[in-house]
Amino acid sequence: MTLLRASGITHFFGGLCAVTDFNLSLDRDELLGIIGPNGAGKTTLFNIITGVCRATRGSILFRDAEIVGKSPDRIVRMGIVRTFQNIRLFNELTVLDNIRVAHYGRVRYTPAEALLHAGRYREEERRIRRHSDELLALFRMGHLSGERAKNLPYGLQKRLEIARALATEPELLLLDEPAAGMNPREVDELMDFIRWTQREFGLTIILIEHQMRLVMGICRRIIALDFGATIADGTPQEIQTDPAVLEAYLGEKAVR
Amino acid sequence: MIYLIQQGLNALQLGSIYALIALGYTMVYGVLSLINFAHGDFFMVGAFLCFIVVTFMGIPFVPALLISMAGVAALGVAVERVAYKPLRSAPRVSAVITALGVGIFLENFTLALSPYPKHIPTIIANTSWSAGAVTVSSLQVVVVFLSVVLMLVLHFIVQHTKVGMAMRAISWDRNVAPLMGVPVNYVISVTFALGSGLGGAAGMMYAMAYPVIDPYMGIIVGWKAFISAVVGGIGNIRGAMVGGYILGGVEVLTTAFLPSTYRDFVSFSLLLVLLIFRPYGIYGRPRTEKV
Amino acid sequence: MGRAFLKKDLTGKERSQGRWVLPVFLVSGSVLSFAIPHFDLLDQYIQLILVYLGINIILALSLNLVNGYMGEFSVGHAGFMSAGAYIASFLTVKVFPAGALAWAFPAAVVAGGLGAGLLGLVVAIPSFRTRGDYLAIVTLAFVMIVKSALENIDSVGGARGFLGMDKLTTLPWTFFWTVATVWIIRNLIYSRYGRGVLSIREDEIASGLMGVNTRHVKLIAFVVSSFFAGVAGALFAHVLQFINPRMFDIIKSTDVLVMVYLGGIGSIAGSILGATAYTFLLEALRPLEIWRMVLMPLMLVLLMLFRPRGIMGLRELPWLEPAADRLSSPNGLNGLRNSRGANGFGGKRKDE
Ligand SMILES: Nc1ncnc2c1ncn2[C@@H]1O[C@H](COP(=O)(O)OP(=O)(O)OP(=O)(O)O)[C@@H](O)[C@H]1O
Ligand SMILES: [Mg+2]
Repeated sequence: MTLLRASGITHFFGGLCAVTDFNLSLDRDELLGIIGPNGAGKTTLFNIITGVCRATRGSILFRDAEIVGKSPDRIVRMGIVRTFQNIRLFNELTVLDNIRVAHYGRVRYTPAEALLHAGRYREEERRIRRHSDELLALFRMGHLSGERAKNLPYGLQKRLEIARALATEPELLLLDEPAAGMNPREVDELMDFIRWTQREFGLTIILIEHQMRLVMGICRRIIALDFGATIADGTPQEIQTDPAVLEAYLGEKAVR
Repeated sequence: MIYLIQQGLNALQLGSIYALIALGYTMVYGVLSLINFAHGDFFMVGAFLCFIVVTFMGIPFVPALLISMAGVAALGVAVERVAYKPLRSAPRVSAVITALGVGIFLENFTLALSPYPKHIPTIIANTSWSAGAVTVSSLQVVVVFLSVVLMLVLHFIVQHTKVGMAMRAISWDRNVAPLMGVPVNYVISVTFALGSGLGGAAGMMYAMAYPVIDPYMGIIVGWKAFISAVVGGIGNIRGAMVGGYILGGVEVLTTAFLPSTYRDFVSFSLLLVLLIFRPYGIYGRPRTEKV
Repeated sequence: MGRAFLKKDLTGKERSQGRWVLPVFLVSGSVLSFAIPHFDLLDQYIQLILVYLGINIILALSLNLVNGYMGEFSVGHAGFMSAGAYIASFLTVKVFPAGALAWAFPAAVVAGGLGAGLLGLVVAIPSFRTRGDYLAIVTLAFVMIVKSALENIDSVGGARGFLGMDKLTTLPWTFFWTVATVWIIRNLIYSRYGRGVLSIREDEIASGLMGVNTRHVKLIAFVVSSFFAGVAGALFAHVLQFINPRMFDIIKSTDVLVMVYLGGIGSIAGSILGATAYTFLLEALRPLEIWRMVLMPLMLVLLMLFRPRGIMGLRELPWLEPAADRLSSPNGLNGLRNSRGANGFGGKRKDE
């Protein structure tokens, strides 16, 4: 069953065409990898899907509803969420509050109930709190609830970012270079972690990554971009032998 | 028609002063992204320095101008070193609040030393020339001429000297410039010296044009000049000049046709309208954030 | 203020010990607010200072919501305050029947707040587009426009000012409105909207991408903030019994900014402390005459240099937090050091 269908997505920054005629049909429970040299337009693609920028042309249907032109928070409520290439946590907030912020779209009480702490406020807050605590416990961060996010070490910040994304109760998770800055052992752990997360939360995942070992290891399908254009779309084996991909990476990082 | 020309001259005079002050705001913003809310008070200090050297020492116009400019420039550099520099890595509002504090300090300190408004004596001979029904006073000529000269000098420094290039580099990218060997502290000091010096000159000219000065005179004039800088596109030098003359023009025109109490109302409403259509001012460029 | 009072250093047990503070304070405060004027327990002058203190707390806290918690930079508080002052005064002097003052005053204060809140709605809209400096400029222009508009409205006295208000702002009313402000703003902060406000300060783009409706949150924050600025203005007008547009110029906004950043951004306790310190210092230093006005900004500059976030910046007294929000388990970096997965994602595998 198709979860996300992008057709003819094109995006210009001034005269620069960052994404050219991108097409994708993504099924539920897929784990899709996106690769490409620096500046290929991978992050821009995520920005378009999540509503940070509006595609110059094209359409994206998520569960048959158009999302191009919708605001980021609407798109999150529909079930798409992302992490960032450079960690963007709410630094001065506690770990717990980072998770609770992400519940915003799943809470049912009105501003008036919030101002008076009345009506559904109490029961909803209790529910958010329980859900956040469970999520943190599952991510083995329960003992860190009261710590400010900026005080966590890098690895835990990355983990918190994923936990925060999951707090929005998404169906589709977009990971932007989750393995950046990790050593090979950590990458192994991350691979297991991503598989585990996908199963545990019933997610469909799109993953941008430069570390070929990770992409080739866990994705069953990979799309390669170069200068905004899709140059290949296939299984890891097909991608590894694709002449266009090899050419794009020639002189770039060698395929690891 | 003649009335309009006459008002146009007034607008040029007022606009020149706004433009000079606006330059100080814009230059500091360009290199530090800091709204230097004390700048209006630097302007006031310029007026008071002028008063001191002219009244007590009887110094003539040109040296008095140079002394005012140098004094305010030194003040600007000192304030930056003592109050803003330690806050460069702190949250940005801390520096803004510090600037507000410095401004209030300067106002009240001046007030403590000089409780009553002061009257500036005539500094340059007050002659006027008439062409038909239009009169031009020597004061207007001096203010406009001098402002244009100062702006040309500034333009030369920014565009054609090494330190000017460094300024532009920092304003382009504050993080990269130091890596390229730009001496940031030195450049920031020079920026403050230039911006404050121009503010000092404006203070002196304002005092000559409107000869009663008081310690709070810098607040409203300063905020208005700041608005001119915003209208032109804050951080942009050409924008500050254009913005100053626009505001001067608007103010003079409203007082020409409406009761003078409507002046601020009209000019600030126009500003808001302009900002709605051009949020980054006339010459400003939007800063986008990468995700 | 000893560090032991601050949230970060408390364990769960110490936390619950402070729970009597708030009720005791509320009861004794309201009793005193009636008793003091009734039995003349304090000098008239000190009573007046207390009223100003309440007004300043309302102003500082409501501005803190936008500037401290949300991280915007609004200088518009004087404008909202004048709207509240003029609307409420106009109502009590010219509209409400003379005999009806018992209900008329609270109604006038609320109306002043609502009027200001409506203006806040208008000012919030430009804040959607960009942040920070842009909003400072818009609110600056807003203050100037309100002031010069009032100067040109003859039915409220124009530049001469407006008078005829009775001295309706009593100590009990001041206490009531101060407590109401603290309570409601605290409630807002400890709700999903408040967490939205905080996340906007931390990273607005990430906030939207985590599902926070940033426009909605900004609207609410601005409206609540300006509502209480309007309330403060209404109270102010009815203690001074005379208002004119010049009272609400940009310098008034600056005063409030000073209180907020002195006490500390993003902290209720900070705003209360900032307003209190400001109000009392200004009075205590009165013998210095004009030099106190020199000293105050100097102290602010020094404070910013040594504590750029203000005295209580981003910290809170535990008994101001709702009980449900306090963390039940002790926390801190001790736990972190023992964490197995601290350097990566290793902790997960064993769970499968
Ligand atoms: N906000 C923006 N304004 C202008 N150009 C942009 C903007 N964001 C990205 N670009 C340009 O668009 C192109 C694609 O950028 P993008 O960030 O999508 O690349 P990427 O594939 O994610 O690269 P990397 O692997 O380095 O993260 C680049 O040339 C980049 O400079
Ligand atoms: Mg990228």
